[in-house]
Amino acid sequence: MMHVTTDFPAAAHEALGDKSLQAALARMRQGFVSGRASAVARLPEFDAYRDAARAIRDHTLAHLDAYLEIFEANVKAAGGQVHWCRDGAEARETILRILQSRGAKTIAKGKSMVGEEIELNAYLEANGVRPVETDLGEYIIQLRRETPSHIIAPATHVSKAQVADAFRAAHTLLPADRSLAEADTLLAEARAILREEFLNADAGMTGANFLIAETGTSVIVTNEGNGDLSQTVPRTHIVLAGIEKVVPTLDDAAVLLRVLARSATGQEISSYTTFSTGPARKDDLDGPGEYHVVMLDNGRSALLGSAFHDMLRCIRCGACLNHCPVYGAVGGHAYGSVYPGPMGSVLSPALAGIAAAKHLPHASSLCGACEQVCPVRIPLPKMLRAWRDVSFDRGLVTLRSRLGLAVWTFAARRPALYRLATALTAKTLQKHRAWFRLVPGLSGWLATRDFPASSGRTFMAEWKARR
Amino acid sequence: MLAVPPKNPSVALLVTCLVDLLRPQVGFAAVTLLERAGCKVSVPESQTCCGQPAYNSGDRADARKIARQVIETFAGFDYVVAPSGSCAGMVRIHFAEFFADDPVWAAKAMHLADRTYELTQFLTDVMGVAEVSAAHPGTAIYHDSCSGLRELGIKDQPRALLNTVNGLKTNDYSGSEACCGFGGTFCVKYPEVSDRIVGQRVTELAATPGDLLLGGDLGCLINLAGKLARTDSKLRVFHVAEILAGDAGPAIGEKS
Ligand code: SF4
Repeated sequence: MMHVTTDFPAAAHEALGDKSLQAALARMRQGFVSGRASAVARLPEFDAYRDAARAIRDHTLAHLDAYLEIFEANVKAAGGQVHWCRDGAEARETILRILQSRGAKTIAKGKSMVGEEIELNAYLEANGVRPVETDLGEYIIQLRRETPSHIIAPATHVSKAQVADAFRAAHTLLPADRSLAEADTLLAEARAILREEFLNADAGMTGANFLIAETGTSVIVTNEGNGDLSQTVPRTHIVLAGIEKVVPTLDDAAVLLRVLARSATGQEISSYTTFSTGPARKDDLDGPGEYHVVMLDNGRSALLGSAFHDMLRCIRCGACLNHCPVYGAVGGHAYGSVYPGPMGSVLSPALAGIAAAKHLPHASSLCGACEQVCPVRIPLPKMLRAWRDVSFDRGLVTLRSRLGLAVWTFAARRPALYRLATALTAKTLQKHRAWFRLVPGLSGWLATRDFPASSGRTFMAEWKARR
Repeated sequence: MLAVPPKNPSVALLVTCLVDLLRPQVGFAAVTLLERAGCKVSVPESQTCCGQPAYNSGDRADARKIARQVIETFAGFDYVVAPSGSCAGMVRIHFAEFFADDPVWAAKAMHLADRTYELTQFLTDVMGVAEVSAAHPGTAIYHDSCSGLRELGIKDQPRALLNTVNGLKTNDYSGSEACCGFGGTFCVKYPEVSDRIVGQRVTELAATPGDLLLGGDLGCLINLAGKLARTDSKLRVFHVAEILAGDAGPAIGEKS
């Protein structure tokens, strides 16, 4: 099971007070949102592509078993191997076994959210293999010993100065007088270090944005080219992917790629889109000697046919995070899961259990901005509500909310009583507004916001009097 | 929707719990607008609330019971109109979900859903109201409420009507379509996060020229007005119906 820490309110409180994080979030809110908007405006048929993308994902999920078998057969036909893993532990062991049997001591890793989901790095380190993250953002958070705060921009919460500090602490050969003040000096420094790592790595790992059944191909998109080096330079290439990542054909992948980059970063297409099919063939000039695909379930198959089925359409573009007012206020770490924001608040309870993630479905104003931008039209608010239903049924809601709701419902179902109660409240609101500070729940509001006065009479009473 | 709306349709006003309790004048403004459009307005006495607090808290059983009550209370009218995108959306979009396994009630829910509208949408799209007789000087910034905008597609209707108010200009701000942080029970459960979100809207509003802040949902408006009151903003906050009906008294939060 995936690991989630539960204390959203405390973590959110801390995040709201973190000045450097808030500055980073302000930049992020601006950049991603306007980037997507202008990319979408440049492609008038974008919504038609979204419909097509959704249809492809729906079709694939409806026949997932068949497409997975076709994918496996085609990976084998290309000379690769597929490893099926029920959960994180199986995937970690499988990967370690592959590495140990080749005597691998270091592994260069392209960005993989599934790798984060199964906490692979800690496991590899504990077992004598050194993982090196090669995506710049992942590299930064690896040095800082953090989890990602965004699914496509893992270090979006880190400032330039903090990156410089992390580099100075880790790169011991770095001359003290070399400036790391600007983004390009930081980049040059990371590039110099990572170059060596690529050349010396015994194995390489990537995630997969898509897996193509008809050809047995894994597809990654990056803006740094690090994924290409991770998978072509070392002897062994391991792909780590969730089982839902498969699509039927190359044409299908092309449709999904069209909506992916536009939704994610506002690019027409990422700088690098790399298709890998099997190990290097006899006449290939480069490429790995071995090609493994580690396929992780970890709770995904249980979502098929459930109220959360549609979540499996997700292509991890991050648009729902970028447009979420709650994510924009508190950032990713407050969610306590490697999958933050709206998609995470639906997925985390599914992968970690609702008891562990009980706050997350409630940490949303249900404003619907996520669904509005999701390239595969996942009804995220509907699924957040579905988790709230489960959470209510299992008694995971606080006693205070339960009581408040019970009192309100009791009155709402009895119109005469309701009239009386609202008339009384209106009077109290007119005469004794200060009392409302004592009402749990309202005190938080009143700390920072006014609450309007009442005329002392409800509409219903006034209406009766006038007509 | 009825294929051709009757000339003088009977309309039941779904007052909404917030208007009932906090700002009755919005209800009266809605009645004025509906009557001017030729509707025969009733206010069913047994109405309470549309059930969103239960629905959004995961209490399906109670939400369903309240939905039944709403369906019964509002049966028999040509239309049901609410001065709220959120409550109209609840009836139009969500009620049917409760009765997936109950064809009789599902049919009743759908029947009601089809004739339930948010106020400005009803006036323009159903009654064909193209202008209002009201005057108000100044520039109004409009805040779209999330449910109205994203569930019901309300965007142009209130602006079109406002643009016919004598002396009034309308304006958008960069946060017009963004959540204000109210979110019903959300602002009670996570007041700090809610406050930060409304703080962002208020900062954006400060950068926008305007005299009034208008919207179609009282929840969002008391949230925005409540936060604006703690700044030096001069914006006066009203429900759109109050301005359209031409009877703007004290703004939200002002002494009456
Ligand atoms: S849920 Fe939709 S918007 Fe969010 S990451 Fe997945 S595909 Fe992107």
